[in-house]
Amino acid sequence: MSGETGRAMIEVDKLNVIFGLGADRVHAVRDVSFRVPEGTTFGLVGESGSGKSTVLRALSGLNPDWSGRVAVAGQAQKPRRDKAFYKLAQMVFQDPYGSLHPRHTVDRILMEPLAIHRLEDPERRIERVLGEVGLGPDFRFRYPHQLSGGQRQRVAIARALILEPRILLLDEPTSALDVSVQAEVLNLLQRLKQERGLTFVLVSHNLSVVAHMCDDLAVMNHGVVVEELAVAQLKRREPQHPYTRQLMVASLGYDRAAVDRFEDFAREG
Amino acid sequence: MSDKPLLAIEDLHVSFPTRKGVVEAVRGISFSLGREKLGIVGESGSGKSMTGRSILRLVSRPGIVTAKRMEFDGIDLQRASAAQMRRIRGQRISMVMQDPKFSLNPVMRVGEQIAEAYRTHEKVAPAEAKRRSLEMLKAVRIRDPERVYRAYPHEVSGGMGQRIMIAMMLIPDPDLLIADEPTSALDVTVQLQVLAILDDLVTQRGMGLIFISHDLNLVASFCDRVVIMYAGRVMEICDAKNLDAAQHPYTRGLLNCLPRIDSDGRDLAVLRRDPAWMEHGL
Repeated sequence: MSGETGRAMIEVDKLNVIFGLGADRVHAVRDVSFRVPEGTTFGLVGESGSGKSTVLRALSGLNPDWSGRVAVAGQAQKPRRDKAFYKLAQMVFQDPYGSLHPRHTVDRILMEPLAIHRLEDPERRIERVLGEVGLGPDFRFRYPHQLSGGQRQRVAIARALILEPRILLLDEPTSALDVSVQAEVLNLLQRLKQERGLTFVLVSHNLSVVAHMCDDLAVMNHGVVVEELAVAQLKRREPQHPYTRQLMVASLGYDRAAVDRFEDFAREG
Repeated sequence: MSDKPLLAIEDLHVSFPTRKGVVEAVRGISFSLGREKLGIVGESGSGKSMTGRSILRLVSRPGIVTAKRMEFDGIDLQRASAAQMRRIRGQRISMVMQDPKFSLNPVMRVGEQIAEAYRTHEKVAPAEAKRRSLEMLKAVRIRDPERVYRAYPHEVSGGMGQRIMIAMMLIPDPDLLIADEPTSALDVTVQLQVLAILDDLVTQRGMGLIFISHDLNLVASFCDRVVIMYAGRVMEICDAKNLDAAQHPYTRGLLNCLPRIDSDGRDLAVLRRDPAWMEHGL
């Protein structure tokens, strides 16, 4: 695989997430393992309920109920994370309408992480990060409702970047955006990754977005990784698992005959 | 097929007076539709949904709808009385909305909602309405129609909810179905399965379909013709299979900014909006 040689920035080994008890018990993530070399992008692909976002939430510390081993930058992580972890890894959420405080200005939204981490020179940092995400200083004192969806997502990216993390965890960062805005945000993320040598984990249901952004990917279904492959393999249209092949065919557009060949992939094991 | 179109729209305008002046959501669009699958594609705010709604006269006040001509099967939709419109809505033209979660009655069994849709338009006994509803659930490929008939909306998945909506809209056997982003909230494979159901029903019943979507690739592979909208105007109308040869810079821009599975990882093309597009539609 493309990045086996690089130092692992993220290592996940036999991650399990279980919700509920007794009859309501749901084994949402089952023995998921992967490693992400520094400076690469790893994609988690799957349909709704596949567990892809749950993996990301366990990785980011948002969900402390998991078992297995998670190591970030060589450090094994406990379920509850400390401040140092959040300096290292930040998250960008799917819905730019829901992830920004509606009554806080952009300035205040960006100030909060700086205050929590007691970073110096907030003025300069805010101005710089706004420039980096392609929003001028004019946006600094606006409220989220005065911004478009794409501009909001840029603010969310700025909020993540302002701590100068080495890892960005991206949960469907463009699925709520128009395609033309999606292109701008994806280009922005790629540029930032190159400039800062960031490591990304990208969760998406869109195989084309993952193929465009990632180096390696894992395909999930019902909480299990059914296949891990290099993006080059996907681009050659050579995935091994029938579920991945079906997703690939589906993402190429509507084809009446292909729909009849779709299977219902049940839980494995 | 007769040469007279099923639906003809000429110079349609939809505007909303606000405190800051009049907002024009649709600015003089024209198209016609036969018994075919017509896609209307545009980004948010392009006026595609308002176009669909104004056909059914569902644009609520203070919105103002005007057109030189809005004719459905010989009926002037602008002059039809409220009673006439009620007979058209549902029975002759029906509409599938984006999200079944918000479009189904949460406290009524889905089967009863489908039967109600049927009985609103046809004078039949409850038992007959139920029989037809079960048939319709089967037609949208629900495996266990008896169980689903008794289910409440929260007990069914998104894909199943959308099939239920389609069953409800198709049971009065309309001539025209307007589907406003009917599959955008669904997983890709489920999305295509729902489209296949629509496709088959359109073919079998000879309906006209207006498919409103932001997904150009999907529309290109699913519809016969595509209307591309931007800022309330039609930029281009082309045959879906020739979309790759589309001429308009906006259409080209939309096509080029999509990431593709076999992309080379270079930057995606960014759409440059030309202010002139706002002024000149088709």
